[in-house]
Amino acid sequence: MIAWTIYISFLGAAGLLLLPRGSVALARVLALLTAVAGFGITLTYFLQHRTGEMLTITRVPWVPSLGIEYHLAADGISLTLVLLTGIIAITGILFSWDIVERTREFFAFYLLLIGAVYGVFLSSDLFLLFVFYELVIIPKYFLIAIWGSTRREYGAMKLVLYSFVGSAMVLIGLIAAYVVAGAKTTSLSELAQFPFSLHFQMLAFPLVFVGFAILAGMWPFHTWAPTGHVAAPTAASMLLAGVVMKLGAYGCLRVAMTLFPLGLGPWGFHVLGLGSWRDVFALLAVIGIIYGALVALVQKDFKFVIGYSSVSHMGFILLGLMTLNQLGLSGAVLQMFSHGILAGLLFAVVGRMVYARTHTRDLAKLGVMNLNKVIPFAAVTFVIAGMASMGLPGFSGFVAELMILIGVWRAYPLLAVCVGFGIVVGVVYIWRAMQKAFFVEAGVECAPPKPPLPSISFPERLGAIILIGASVLIGLYPQVLLNIIVPALNSPLFEGLRKGSWQ
Amino acid sequence: MIAIPWISLLTAIPIVGALVLLMLGGQNKNLVRWSALVFGLAAFVLTLFLWHNFDSSSASLQFQERYNWISALGVEYHVGIDGLGLLMLLLSSIVVPIGMLASWQIEERVHLYYSLILVLQACLFGTFTALSFFHWFIFWELSLIPVFFLIRLWGGPRRTSAATQFLVYTMVGSITLLLSFIAIFLATKKFDFIDLAALAQNGQLMPAVVDKLAWHRFTPEHVALVLFAGAFLGFAVKVPIFPFHTWLPSAYCEAPTGTTILLTGAMSKMGVYGFIRILLPIFGPQMQIVLTPLLWLAVATIVFSAYAALAQKDLKRIFAYSSINHLGYCLLAIFAVLKFTGGNAALITQKYAAMNGVLLQAFNHGLTAATLFWFVAILEKRSGGLRGLNDFGGLRKVAPVFTGLMGITLFSTLGLPGLNGFIGEFLIFKGSFPLVTWATSLAVLGLLVTAIFVLGILQRVFSGPLNQRWVSLPDLTMSERMALAPAIALMFVLGLYPQLVLGVVNNTVIMMVQHLRF
Repeated sequence: MIAWTIYISFLGAAGLLLLPRGSVALARVLALLTAVAGFGITLTYFLQHRTGEMLTITRVPWVPSLGIEYHLAADGISLTLVLLTGIIAITGILFSWDIVERTREFFAFYLLLIGAVYGVFLSSDLFLLFVFYELVIIPKYFLIAIWGSTRREYGAMKLVLYSFVGSAMVLIGLIAAYVVAGAKTTSLSELAQFPFSLHFQMLAFPLVFVGFAILAGMWPFHTWAPTGHVAAPTAASMLLAGVVMKLGAYGCLRVAMTLFPLGLGPWGFHVLGLGSWRDVFALLAVIGIIYGALVALVQKDFKFVIGYSSVSHMGFILLGLMTLNQLGLSGAVLQMFSHGILAGLLFAVVGRMVYARTHTRDLAKLGVMNLNKVIPFAAVTFVIAGMASMGLPGFSGFVAELMILIGVWRAYPLLAVCVGFGIVVGVVYIWRAMQKAFFVEAGVECAPPKPPLPSISFPERLGAIILIGASVLIGLYPQVLLNIIVPALNSPLFEGLRKGSWQ
Repeated sequence: MIAIPWISLLTAIPIVGALVLLMLGGQNKNLVRWSALVFGLAAFVLTLFLWHNFDSSSASLQFQERYNWISALGVEYHVGIDGLGLLMLLLSSIVVPIGMLASWQIEERVHLYYSLILVLQACLFGTFTALSFFHWFIFWELSLIPVFFLIRLWGGPRRTSAATQFLVYTMVGSITLLLSFIAIFLATKKFDFIDLAALAQNGQLMPAVVDKLAWHRFTPEHVALVLFAGAFLGFAVKVPIFPFHTWLPSAYCEAPTGTTILLTGAMSKMGVYGFIRILLPIFGPQMQIVLTPLLWLAVATIVFSAYAALAQKDLKRIFAYSSINHLGYCLLAIFAVLKFTGGNAALITQKYAAMNGVLLQAFNHGLTAATLFWFVAILEKRSGGLRGLNDFGGLRKVAPVFTGLMGITLFSTLGLPGLNGFIGEFLIFKGSFPLVTWATSLAVLGLLVTAIFVLGILQRVFSGPLNQRWVSLPDLTMSERMALAPAIALMFVLGLYPQLVLGVVNNTVIMMVQHLRF
């Protein structure tokens, strides 16, 4: 049944294009209904299958001569991310409620993107997964290039080029695995059982991992992310930061790490103190955390602060993956969910509530407007989102980052201290942006914007409340998701990873 | 019969209050103020009820609630109070209404102001009752947010930097604290304070940590000391201890005075509470290793802050430094208790005295400092924001009641016998002197300097020729007198009958001292 999340999104997209020109209100409602239906289906499935183990949904031969199947399956990890996608889809539409320019096309591309994302998360066949993964790129290009702002062509093109390079690396790795295995199958679970030689895994693992990690914003391949996020319209930034970056992290975990677990093992020699690809990627992740935070600290453009904060937070996910223990990995999956929600919320505040009203993202210009009095709801939402994003207890970010930190303590105690420093910088940049954007400096003449800004609309309030609610729910009772994530990590698929420090 | 979760209920009251205030909106200011006060008093009544039903002959945890929370991390929802917890609850529920009354003149966004205060109260209650690190840390961290905004939005001219400095300092401390506890969790799979204290007592805690973390280049002692340093920093910033105190004077000074009352009266006790509840039982042996430097820090905190107070011209700054000074005595005694005595029975009794003194002093300081800042708030309201030491003079002629009552409070700060400040300091000095003679002797200097600056205030503000500017300064109104009376009365009551507090905490103290491993 959960497969219908994909179909219904595509049907919704098609339906939107069939609507008569100019039917703006109808297009919005149809898009919203589609998104709600998708989320409803996921929620029903979630309530029915709370064990978290891998269950096949559909499995029919597609290209039998090559062993390619149309194989959809869901486990706790996919389900978590599908839930995230559903929430972001709904709130993204709520935050795009007053798009007037080519509304039908906007929502059609939007739903196409959503459908493809659902497809990636639910595919259990590598070929199928790759098809959906490529399908994501097209709508996101158009969403940015047509409806974007600041340097949108540049941002869109950069994003697409990076995505294609990443995909190419993944494709090469996967084809190599297919050929080497010679098993005439592209099924993930079957290929994961194949004993690839150590030498092959050592070569294939970094290729596929980096290919996916580019989309996850791993330093130094992150530069597409801030420019892309800034250029994108609000709903697309929410999707990009909230969901699309998770595709990369999901690919790293689901494909690279399960197919080539030996690639994480020691090389047998040390270069600059690094003894394995695992060490290398853990180090890159930590650099990403600190670098993203430091760069966010000096931005003048409000949206860039959030763009770089995404790089920093995605570093946590990659670092969690590299801990290779249960706490670290489940923390990473939880962080995928948490960051999806929070990045969505932050972009909604910056892009929709502030930029669409004030038409500036310059922190210096926003500062004198004293926005906390003009649009208090936006200020409160940003404060809450900022608190959650800097990992304050009680919100989802804290539990996720805590679990990752515990995992890191076990695997790389020294890096844990560096991450601590990254968290401090995280507090500072969020706080700096909040003060500069919403609060007038003491002693500075405040100049309220003219004409008065429109107040925050109902759909915007609803969207913000949904996202905050999700973050608080997971922050106070993370067991909701951990109940399905932990069994999924203990499933046979991840057997290759469960050794050494796994606990 | 289902036991009523009193403690969860207590934490919920201010949260509900905050939500109600936000819904009321800022239109009817008096309605907002009164409803806030009603919620504050409701919490006070509930703590009185807890006190009434508290069995003070037992040192065990009472009103416990314990449920599974996050099984993946082994986190439980575990709350409960012993004498220490109850005392802190009482203190916070007394200080919060004082803070509310002292903020009556706030006019701007009243509903937001009071709901932030109520959120802070909920965080205080949560911190003082939580028995699991995870749960405790939520409230510990969350408390920063209302304080930050109280300073940032309603503070004085340099509020931006004061609020930011406050936030960053405490956040850095919190993160090192978190890292230490994560390391401990890794080794023991436990977040529960009581379980961890039991492990530490058996001497199993640090070996387990060293075993699990396996930092081959470090000796077990070093690992333990590093973890202790991380946790120590978190509390040292909060109390604060010299040299981590620099955020405090500007935060206290720039905060609206009603907020300063909460900061000094209740929030600074979070640090002292952390020392007693967390550091002492869990890191006792490590603290013993570095006892001498710790004592130096305590002495420096006491003496330097007293001298700093002497040099200030702003009443709020003087009292801010005096706050640091008073909590320094608490730290001195806490460290003194750790002194190795090899089971000498006479010295053990001194330890009981010192520890009782710490709790009494924490309570007294909360009460006295809150009242002192309240007087400053009243003075500021009349003088249009002026509060410099030299801005006044001869006030006793125009405002005799104000002078008298503030004088009583000042003498209580000084530790005059018969008032509440005396017994706590007496017990601390009596207990610490035989344990750590040199440090205690040096700390006496702090008492002396305190006397000088307190008398200086009396002289420059209240005596001397009347400053012509304040000829028509009104004395305390009847409602102000009514509001202040209970606080002043409590100072006398505690000065004459300290058993009121000591009875609650004595058994807890005895058990705490006995549980220290020596």
